[in-house]
Amino acid sequence: MTNALIYNSLGYPILSVVLLTPLAGAACCFFIRNQTVLKFWGLLVTLMTAALSLPLWTAFDRTTADYQFVEQLDWFPSIGLSYQLGVDGISVLLVLLTTLIMPLCILCSWKYIEHRLAEFIFVILAMETAMIGVFVSMNTVLFYIFWEAMLIPMYLLIAVWGGPRKDYAAIKFFLYTFIGSIFFLVAIVALRVKTGTFFIPDLMAAEYSFAWQAWIFAACALAFAVKIPMFPFHTWLPAAHVEAPTAGSVILASILLKMGGYGFLRFCLPMAPQATEMFAPFLIALSLVGILYGGYLALGQNDIKKLIAYSSVGHMGFVTLGIFLLNDEGVKGAMLQMINHGITTGALFICIGIIYERTHSRDIGDNSALGMFMPVYVTFLGIFSLSSLAFPGTNSFVGEFLVLMGAFRSQPLVGAIAIPGAILAAAYMLRLLQKMVWASSDGHIHHHDEVVLEGGHGEDHGHGRKLWDLDLRETACLTFLVVFVFWIGLNPQPVLSVMDASVTHLLEQVAAGQGTAEALTGH
Amino acid sequence: MSMMEFLPELVLIGMTLIFFGLSLFNAGSVLVGRVALGGAGLLVLASFAALNAEGMLFFDAYRVDLFSQTFKLLIALGFLGVLSLSAGFPGVRREISSEYAMFLFISTMGLTFLVSSVELLTILLCLEISSFALYVAIPMRKGAHRVQYEAGIKYVLFGALATGITVFGMSYVVGLTGTTYLSELGPVLPELVRSEPLALIGLLMILTGFFYKLAMFPMHFWTPDVYEGAANETTAFVATLPKIAAVALLIRFVASSGADTGHLIWILSVFAVLSMTYGNLAALVQNDIKRLLAFSSIAHAGYVMVGILSVGPEGFASAIYYVFGYMVMTLGCFYVICQVAPAGENLTFEGLKGLHRRSPLLALTLAVAACGMAGIPPAVGFPTKFLVFTAAIGKGYFGLVILAVINAAISAFYYLKLVRAAYALPENEPAAEERKGFALGLPVAAFGVFITAVILASGLFPEPIVAMAREAVGALL
Repeated sequence: MTNALIYNSLGYPILSVVLLTPLAGAACCFFIRNQTVLKFWGLLVTLMTAALSLPLWTAFDRTTADYQFVEQLDWFPSIGLSYQLGVDGISVLLVLLTTLIMPLCILCSWKYIEHRLAEFIFVILAMETAMIGVFVSMNTVLFYIFWEAMLIPMYLLIAVWGGPRKDYAAIKFFLYTFIGSIFFLVAIVALRVKTGTFFIPDLMAAEYSFAWQAWIFAACALAFAVKIPMFPFHTWLPAAHVEAPTAGSVILASILLKMGGYGFLRFCLPMAPQATEMFAPFLIALSLVGILYGGYLALGQNDIKKLIAYSSVGHMGFVTLGIFLLNDEGVKGAMLQMINHGITTGALFICIGIIYERTHSRDIGDNSALGMFMPVYVTFLGIFSLSSLAFPGTNSFVGEFLVLMGAFRSQPLVGAIAIPGAILAAAYMLRLLQKMVWASSDGHIHHHDEVVLEGGHGEDHGHGRKLWDLDLRETACLTFLVVFVFWIGLNPQPVLSVMDASVTHLLEQVAAGQGTAEALTGH
Repeated sequence: MSMMEFLPELVLIGMTLIFFGLSLFNAGSVLVGRVALGGAGLLVLASFAALNAEGMLFFDAYRVDLFSQTFKLLIALGFLGVLSLSAGFPGVRREISSEYAMFLFISTMGLTFLVSSVELLTILLCLEISSFALYVAIPMRKGAHRVQYEAGIKYVLFGALATGITVFGMSYVVGLTGTTYLSELGPVLPELVRSEPLALIGLLMILTGFFYKLAMFPMHFWTPDVYEGAANETTAFVATLPKIAAVALLIRFVASSGADTGHLIWILSVFAVLSMTYGNLAALVQNDIKRLLAFSSIAHAGYVMVGILSVGPEGFASAIYYVFGYMVMTLGCFYVICQVAPAGENLTFEGLKGLHRRSPLLALTLAVAACGMAGIPPAVGFPTKFLVFTAAIGKGYFGLVILAVINAAISAFYYLKLVRAAYALPENEPAAEERKGFALGLPVAAFGVFITAVILASGLFPEPIVAMAREAVGALL
C-alpha cells in the first residue's frame, strides 16, 4: 500500500511483527500432528515473539511522552479508520509483560494439557495477539476489536480445558466482560460522532463538555471496572480463576486484569478529566472496599486458587487506588503494581499448577507440610508469597509503597484506611505459607521422623500422595520470574524511567483538562 | 430498453422455464441441483454485468439504477449461497425437486423485481410473486414431520394479512395523493405525513406489510414456526433473500417519506426496540437451532431498522452493509445445520454436542458465524453493528442505541450457547455415533472454508462493501 507509514528508528514495523507473529504461529498449529512438536512449536513462537519485542525495551526513548514505533495504514477510509499502532511509556511495559509471560504459559501447561493440544496452542497464541493488540492500538476501534476478540480464546480456555464447573465460570466471565465492554462501544461511537476521529491522541486533545465527559467516563469505567475487576464487579474473577487451567489463570492474572487499569489510564483520565475528578472519590472508595474485602475473603479461603484470586481483587484495588489519587506517585505506583502483580501472581498460579499436578487438589489441607518433600518448590513459593505481601526488597513493595506514599501525600485518611489491607495481605499469605510448608493436614507442625524419603520422591502415607520436587522446566519458569521480583524490588528505576515521561504528561493533561473546564464553567 | 437493464430478470425467467420443463420429465434431484446451481451462478454473473445499467422500464413502474442493481447482486449472491448449502435438496422429496427449484427461482424472481419496483401496484404484485412461490415451497418437505403444513399455513395466513394491511395502507396514500408512483409521492409525502394523520397511518400500514418479509415486530409471528417447519434449505432461503429485498423496499419508502421529521421515526424506533427485545428474549429459551435463528432474525430486523430510521446516506449504507453481513452469517449457520442434519431433520443443541470432534471445520464455521451475530470482532457482525450505531448516534438517537446495545449483550448469551454446544460439552465417554466424523466432500468443505473466510474478511475489510453501499444509496437520494 502506498499510504503505509512507519515512524521509528528501527526501520521496520516492529509492532506489527510482534503483533502478528503469534497469530501466524497459531495458524500453523493445525498442520502439526505430533504432540511434542506442537508444544515446542508453541514455545518457539512465544519465545520468538518475546525476542522480537525486546527492541521495544532497548530502543524506547525514555525522554518523551509521545507514542513511539508508530505505524499507520489506511484501512476503512470512508469512516476515517486506519490501522494505527504505537506505544508510549504506559503501554510498552504491558506489551513486554505480555510477551515475557506467554512462554511461561506454554511451559506451565507442558504436562497439564493432554487433550486437544493443537487447539490449546492455537488459543494461547491467538490470545497473545489479541492482548498485544490491545496495548499497541492507537485508535479506539482497533482497541475495541482486540479487546473483544480476546474474549473468545479466554472463554474457550476456561470452557474446554477448565475444571468441573467450567461452563458456569466461562459463561460468567464472558457475560460480565462482554456486557461491560459493550457500553464502551457506545462511548467509542459517541466520541467518533462528536469529534470525527477514532485516533486516541486526537481524542485526548479534544475538549468535551462536562455532561459528555460524565457519560463517556461512566460508559468506559464500567467496562474497565469489570475487567480489572473492582468491587462489586469482581465476582466473575474467583470463578474464572478457580476453573481455568493454569495457563488460563496466569494469563488472567498477569495480563487480562491489567487491561482494566490500562483502560482507565488511556481513556478515562485524559479524555474525561473533569469527570475523573468528580468520580475519583467514589472510585477510591470502591478501591478501598476492594482492598479490604478482597483481603478479608482471601483470609478465609481453603482453596489455594481462590485465595490468590481474592488477593488479586485486593491488589487490583491498590492499582485503581493509585490511579485515582491522580498524583505522580499514585499513578506510577499503580503502573508498577500492575507489572508486579503480573509477575508475582502469575508465578503463584504457576506454583499452584505445579502442586495441583502432583496432588490433584487445591485444598490447603491436602497440600500441607510440603517443606520436607519439595524444598526447591517451597523456596520459590516463599519468595513469591513474600513478594505478594509486599515484603521490602521485592517488587510489590516498591509499587505498594509508591501508592501509599501518593495516598498519604494527598489524602492521608485514604492511606490510613489502605494500610490494614497491606496487613491483611501479610496475614493471608503467611497463613498460606505456614500451612503449605510446615503444618500437616491436622493443623499441627509435622515431625520430620514420620516421613521416609525415597530417592527424592517423598511419599506421604497420610494422603497417599506422591510428591517430587521441581524439574528443570518448572525451575526455569520460576527462576525467570524470581529474577524480575528482585530486579524490580531492588532497582525499580529502569522500569520507572520508562513510564516517567508518559505519566507526567498524562497528569499534566488531566490537570490542564480540569483547568480549562474550570475556566470554561467560571468556577 | 436494452438487454442489460433486464438481464438478471431474464436469466431468472429463463431458469424458471427450464425448471418447468425439467418438472415435466421427472428429472433426478442431482441434475436439478446442478442446474439450479448453474442458474444461480449465471444470475450472479448477469447481476454483476448489469450492475451499472440504468433506465426506466414498463411505463416508469420499474426503475433500474445502482441502488436496485446492487440489491439484485446481493440477492443473486445470497441465492447462490443458499443453493450451495445442500446439493440436490436432500430435505425435499426427490420426485418434486425440480418443482421445488422452480418455486425458489420464482420467489427469487419476485424479489429481484421488487427491488426495482417504484410503483405501488407493481410493488404489491412483486411481493405476491415472491410470497406465493414460498407458500408452495415451504410445505414441500420430505418425511412425515407434519410441522411443514403448519408452517405453510402460517406463512400463507400471515402473508395474506400482511398483503391486506399493505393494500389498505396504499389505498389511504393513493386516495390522498392520487398517484401510485413513488417518484410523484416523494415530493408530496413528507409534508402530507406531517399534516395529515391518515397519510401517516397509510404509510405505516404499507411499511408494516413489508415488515412481514423482514420478520420484524409486529409482523414477526410466523417466523419461528416457519423456520422450524420448513426444510433446512427452504429455511435458509426464507431467512436470507426476502430480508434483503425488504431492506431495499423499506429504504426506498423511508427515504421518500421524509421520516426523519415526523412521528414516523418514533413509531419505527418503538418497533425496532420491541423487535430486538422480543427476539432476543425469546431466543434465550429455544432448544431447536432453527427456532433460535428465527427469533434471532427478529432481533436482527430491529438492528437493521435502527440503520434505516437513521435516515440519510450513513444510515442507509449501514443498513445495506448490515443485511449483507446478516446474510453471510446466516448462510454460515445454515451451512452447519444442513451438514449436521443431512436428512433434513431439525437440529437441537443435543445434536450439536461434540461437533468439534466430528468436524472441526463445521464447529469453527458455526463459532465464527455465531460470534459474528453476537457482534464480536473481527467477524462481520461487529462492523455492521458499529456502523448502524454510528449512524444512529450521528442522528442523536442515544437512547435507541443504548437499548440496542443492551440487546446485543443479551444476544451474546444464546450465541455463546451455540459455540459452547459445538465445542465444550461432552468431555467424557462420547457415544459411538458421536465419535463418528463427518465425511465432508471437498466442494462442501471448500464452501465451509469460503463462507468462514467471507465472514471474517468482510468484517476486517469493510471498505469495499460499504463504499458500494454508499454509491448505491447515492443513486437513491
